[in-house]
Amino acid sequence: MNVYLKRRFFDQIAVMFGREAKKPDAIAPAAQKIHMHKRGNRDFIGEKLHARAHAAPIHKWRNRRWAVLLVANLLFTVSFWLDIQILEGALTASRFVGFHLIDLNAALQVMLAHKHIIVNLVIGTGTVFVLWLLLGGRTFCSWVCPYHLLAEWAEEIHLYLVKKKLVTDQNIDRRLRTLSWIVFAILAAATGYTVFEAISPTGILSRALIYGPGLALLWVLALLVFEVFFSRRAWCRYACPIGLTYGVVGIFSPVRIKYKLDSCFHEGDCRKVCLVPHVLDTVIKGRAVDTEIPIGPDCTRCGLCVDTCPTGSLSFDVKGLSKLL
Amino acid sequence: MSESAPPPPAAKPPPSRERAQQARRRVLRTILLTGGVMGAALSGFLPLVYARTKRLRPPGALDEKDFLSSCIKCGQCVQVCPVQAIKLADLVDGVGVGTPYIDAREQACDFSCDAVQCILACPTGSLVYKKPAFLGVRKGAKLAAAPILKAKEKDPEPTLNLNERIGVARLTRPEACLAIQGKGFKGQVRGASFTGQLRYMEVNRWKPIRVAEHPYDVAECDLCVRECPVKGAISIETVFAPDGTKRKSPVVHEPCVGCGVCEMICPVEPTCIVIDAREVWNT
Repeated sequence: MNVYLKRRFFDQIAVMFGREAKKPDAIAPAAQKIHMHKRGNRDFIGEKLHARAHAAPIHKWRNRRWAVLLVANLLFTVSFWLDIQILEGALTASRFVGFHLIDLNAALQVMLAHKHIIVNLVIGTGTVFVLWLLLGGRTFCSWVCPYHLLAEWAEEIHLYLVKKKLVTDQNIDRRLRTLSWIVFAILAAATGYTVFEAISPTGILSRALIYGPGLALLWVLALLVFEVFFSRRAWCRYACPIGLTYGVVGIFSPVRIKYKLDSCFHEGDCRKVCLVPHVLDTVIKGRAVDTEIPIGPDCTRCGLCVDTCPTGSLSFDVKGLSKLL
Repeated sequence: MSESAPPPPAAKPPPSRERAQQARRRVLRTILLTGGVMGAALSGFLPLVYARTKRLRPPGALDEKDFLSSCIKCGQCVQVCPVQAIKLADLVDGVGVGTPYIDAREQACDFSCDAVQCILACPTGSLVYKKPAFLGVRKGAKLAAAPILKAKEKDPEPTLNLNERIGVARLTRPEACLAIQGKGFKGQVRGASFTGQLRYMEVNRWKPIRVAEHPYDVAECDLCVRECPVKGAISIETVFAPDGTKRKSPVVHEPCVGCGVCEMICPVEPTCIVIDAREVWNT
């Protein structure tokens, strides 16, 4: 990692905690050259229009992801209903063919509230930590969390209403998520009750899918209504502490989206579909600090940008693996 | 020094009125969302603080406060229970969203799993065979001896691995109790539509069946004693009524763990015997 990428690496961690993404101070010479080359280049503009005319919408990664998400969640349900004992429990804590899996944020809340940690809790948390470390941290959000899927569908409605000029997306300060993480941690420690778990839509939905619906779903519905009519993807973007917990795991993860500067047309389609567009600030014209850039830890690795990019400038990448192959 | 002071850094142009207004609105929206989330969180928490109803927790549950702090709300205890006695609480139950409880009248824990499976399933130690040293045991909560399961009485190891009781049975309506009135009982306990299950050793050692499928015909009602899964927890005794006459009556003894089978099986509506959840044994 050169000095430019290193600076960006730490920058992106700050961005995850809520700082606004801003213009880089210094850009690598190789990237500067490409930026210069793209400026006012007529061939480049022609190429761009051509690519635009032939671009077909694809949903490869989205479909894969939805399939994984549905299978993962239904596996819980099926395990219980058919009593096949593959994946017992709910998303907060479960056993996969006997191995403990415990959601990191839920485990954290319990540890803070109970102030006592038993062996099973450590095993389950450790397993999940390693799992998501390998798989990309916030991959949990977009590939497993059932609320993410509902929110994606609500987002479609929201975007339709925006297009009809019936609603506008009201953005909110992203520092709120860090604040809510801290507040819920303090609440857990101070009250001795896992306050966040009572309102976590992830937990509520997971339990509803497995053990049957309850009134707690009204809270999930309220969140979705808020997102449809008021603020796009508000819960995942601005409030959910689970996302931040897994984001921190993702700092060290080898699975990420990689951005290639030379082929990018800087049209910004990727930023329009992204749940966390602040991680894609680097695709804005003149912002990329190097020719190849790993996208930051707050990225959920959902692959929507990969699907939407007409030039293949964004792709999944496993650090080290591409060198090996 | 003739050198003049360095020129002040170019001040940022003051934000336009529109910008300032936008920023202000954003702050307001942020406060709104914060308030909403915190309000919702409190809505889950406050019913607990003001909780008046005590719910029966699964066997091995820590004391209520510790239970609430350690339960991760995954429902693994629900999944292993062979009679589906354990349910997860909803928003309005006031016992913590997603936490497990037992409604003994609907379906009691009859220990037909033989080994308190729910404790084994719990990943966070909310249900434990034995409490960790730093958690105190309330006086009277500890069982004098490991409870002997009637179903396993002839096994080499007849006891249940359970240290503390989850409640105590209490005869709340002696005036309606069939045993006290000297009456018998014939037919289906709780009617044909009752879905509660119980393990009947004489029917199937391993598979609980619906109570409705097991009609009774007893000359003097003793169902609470007959179906109690724990040895020596309840018996029919001869007692003296206030007017001096001799009567038969169910009497609860120290080995009662609070499983709730007596509450479920009582054929009188409403039940004459209930479990006082989280109650301790008072001599």
